[in-house]
Amino acid sequence: MNALLLENLSVRLRGACVVDHVSLHVGKGEVVALLGPNGAGKTSLLRAALGLIAHTGVVLLDGVSPLHLNARERALRAAYLPQRPRAAWPISVEALVALGRFAHGAAPDRLGADDRLAVDDAIEACGLVTLRDRRIDVISGGERARAHLARTLAQRAPLILLDEPTASLDPAQALGVMSVLRKHAGAGGAVLFSTHDIALAANAADRVVLLCGGKVLAAGSAEALTPAVLERAYGRKGRLEHLRGGHAALFEA
Amino acid sequence: MSGATRASLALAALGLVALAAALYLGPVPLADPFAADEATRTIVWEIRFPRALTAWLCGAALGLAGAALQGLLRNPLADSGVLGLSGFAALGAVIAFAFGFAAFAPALALAFALLAAIVVTALAWAARGPATLALIGVGLSSFAGGLIALALNLAPNPGALADLVNWTLGSVEGRSLNDAGLVGALFAVGAALILAAGRGLQALTLGEETAAALGANLSRTRAFVVLGAAACTGGATAVAGVIGFVGVAAPHLVRALAGHDPARLLAPSALAGGALLVFADIAVRLLPTDSELKLGVAAALIGGPVFALIAARLASRGGDA
Repeated sequence: MNALLLENLSVRLRGACVVDHVSLHVGKGEVVALLGPNGAGKTSLLRAALGLIAHTGVVLLDGVSPLHLNARERALRAAYLPQRPRAAWPISVEALVALGRFAHGAAPDRLGADDRLAVDDAIEACGLVTLRDRRIDVISGGERARAHLARTLAQRAPLILLDEPTASLDPAQALGVMSVLRKHAGAGGAVLFSTHDIALAANAADRVVLLCGGKVLAAGSAEALTPAVLERAYGRKGRLEHLRGGHAALFEA
Repeated sequence: MSGATRASLALAALGLVALAAALYLGPVPLADPFAADEATRTIVWEIRFPRALTAWLCGAALGLAGAALQGLLRNPLADSGVLGLSGFAALGAVIAFAFGFAAFAPALALAFALLAAIVVTALAWAARGPATLALIGVGLSSFAGGLIALALNLAPNPGALADLVNWTLGSVEGRSLNDAGLVGALFAVGAALILAAGRGLQALTLGEETAAALGANLSRTRAFVVLGAAACTGGATAVAGVIGFVGVAAPHLVRALAGHDPARLLAPSALAGGALLVFADIAVRLLPTDSELKLGVAAALIGGPVFALIAARLASRGGDA
């Protein structure tokens, strides 16, 4: 069974159709990248997949519609990292990560043994061990992004949806995030993440889905991102080239 | 023991010290407030103790409501007074007093505080930044002020005007154990609702959308905090009139000791608000003014600068962006 299945998903925001009959799936053990220019509908798709915004069509989280799940049950199946995550109060990195245990009935000041283990694992996986007691407002942007990622991992949900998780990261940190997500998939989890980094998607994901104007323009392996497809999506010619075993997306001037 | 627990114990002890001090200190200093003579017993148990207890309960209710509203709206400037809840509660009570339904004053204060809480949280939910929220509050408070003036203007009994104006300044002078019982009961209801929403407030640290994705039931959290803050504010205002800024100052002072977790701030903020208001009330009783300084005026004199300080600090951090 797929961790996430979308069939004919459509989302209308303020009268405009921002996701238009999209079908896709993410299997267990898979990392899928969601590509597309600004306004393609990536964020709306991720929100609708969690049932956070109104939509039509079918959404199944591990075979169950999020509409039939309460917030807690849904959070036990899927974790979500929004674009530009923020913390309103200057809490510690550890307290922020511990918020990921909410659906398990824990609070940052009341963690059971399982919660403690999940928080410690997430902090270690994201390289935050030395920062765990630091306040979230005094660490760097990249460290903060990793803290929010750790919070998402601590939720221990099989499916993780991430909205541009590498947007504020340097290339090394972005690759670090990808290896964390790959490890999650390797352990039987599933990952769907949106990104503007075509090369990163081609390198790190098992499959890519390219959205444009709310519709799926291309889906499959990185080879589906042909120069013609990229031009249709981004309005400029580009091609993916293999560089020393990896991919690089190049846009012609 | 966590910082919040230590802060709670220290502030509870401080509250007891304040209540004890309130028995000793006053226009007539008493060497032994527990003496058995009639005069001392009257002064202490019929005047000073009910007054001090009422002040503590009102302060605790306003401190708790402030901390809860700040957690809900993720904004350190939120408080019953700033957001207009106190103003609307006062309006409800003024209408009851001015039109001869004094018995319904607490019920109307509560109903109007609830109305304001619903309006302000609905508007604030969409607001961006602390200043926008404060402006919404200013608007609502001014509106409530205008309606109070209108109610006073149309009041059939002009003789009551001076009393009503005095009452809107906020005071616990001459309050009885019945008054303390009223605010105490509403504080208990409000505290139960707000404390039940504590975990939801923690999740809201990450914003509405992420809190929902974490598994928080946002409608429940919102409803509990709005009802709880309305009960606390309605109770305090029905008994003591308008006392502003306790809800801003108490959580602000407590954060240095208890940290920033919005759930762990609730109890210490209530305890700090209680102690703060008892000390402020002792101060207004001891000040050698011709007519006693009103508690609400003293609270505004202390709380106003604290509010400005927080706002300035937020602005310098770019918190309003």
